[in-house]
Amino acid sequence: MTDDAPSRPATRGRPEPVQVVKQRRDGALSALVRGVPYITYLGITFERRGDEITAILPFDEKLIGNPALPAIHGGVTAAFLEVTAIIELSWTYLWDDIEAGRIDLEAEDASRRLRLPKTIDFTVDYLRSGLPRDAYARARVNRSGRRYASVHVEAWQDNRSRLFAQATGHFMMPQGLRERE
Amino acid sequence: MQQDRTARIARQFIEAIPHARALGMTLETIGDGTAEISMPYDPRLIGDPATGVIHGGAVSALMDTCGGAAVMLHSSGPSTTATIDLRIDYMRAAVPGQKITAQATCYHVTRAVGFVRAVAMDEDRDNPVAMATGAFMLAYAKAERS
Repeated sequence: MTDDAPSRPATRGRPEPVQVVKQRRDGALSALVRGVPYITYLGITFERRGDEITAILPFDEKLIGNPALPAIHGGVTAAFLEVTAIIELSWTYLWDDIEAGRIDLEAEDASRRLRLPKTIDFTVDYLRSGLPRDAYARARVNRSGRRYASVHVEAWQDNRSRLFAQATGHFMMPQGLRERE
Repeated sequence: MQQDRTARIARQFIEAIPHARALGMTLETIGDGTAEISMPYDPRLIGDPATGVIHGGAVSALMDTCGGAAVMLHSSGPSTTATIDLRIDYMRAAVPGQKITAQATCYHVTRAVGFVRAVAMDEDRDNPVAMATGAFMLAYAKAERS
């Protein structure tokens, strides 16, 4: 298992035990996701390999937009992409603090204190209809400035190379402290 | 006839779409190529736990539904529609606790595409929360095309 090797040892010499690293990262990611009610409402979960995260949207009856086909609602697809983009951006932005132990996302009031990026605009490109089965998405931060970020996100179902939707969004970065006073 | 058709579409748009029902969407008004749909505030839709502001994704779902409804209500009488592209600009956070209302207009159709503009507001109707532009694929049932 090398995927969770620390990016740099906490102290010169001995690297942290792999379980400690895994627990810290998985704990931080799950706390970040758990803090947002809408993510839970849609049933979205995240899987992590090192710093790479994949969003999973398990199919559910309430996600249907066209019952005749049936197909996933275009709004659900947009929401899934936007959730993935915001979590990826927050995750990237918080990574160094999580690794250095400067932020504890698992603290009781962390989700209320955490500042999340705010969407400026979001453009969804619907490539094919969302089938009644699980969907997956990954985002990539293409620009990460002090004031705003540009994020691209891709979603697929059966085949990674056959996207059913993609999106680009711009987000205002939280200013000042990473946490609210 | 046209009235029956629009009334039927109006009903279907909320009742037959499980996700629109799940979000509590209500069709408020309809016209030729226009629709107004509202969505009540719901703590389950919160995107920013620090402020209680609804997630942008829920606003997208409302805008997409309203845009699709506007296309279906266009006087050319399409029988099905699917979103090709939707761009949303978020101007400000919706005030927590307030209902969000979207108004969409299908301002042009070709044989295959409907073009839509939409706006979303909370109770302060003079300062929109978000605006959207979209393109929707459309198709006509043979019997219904006049």
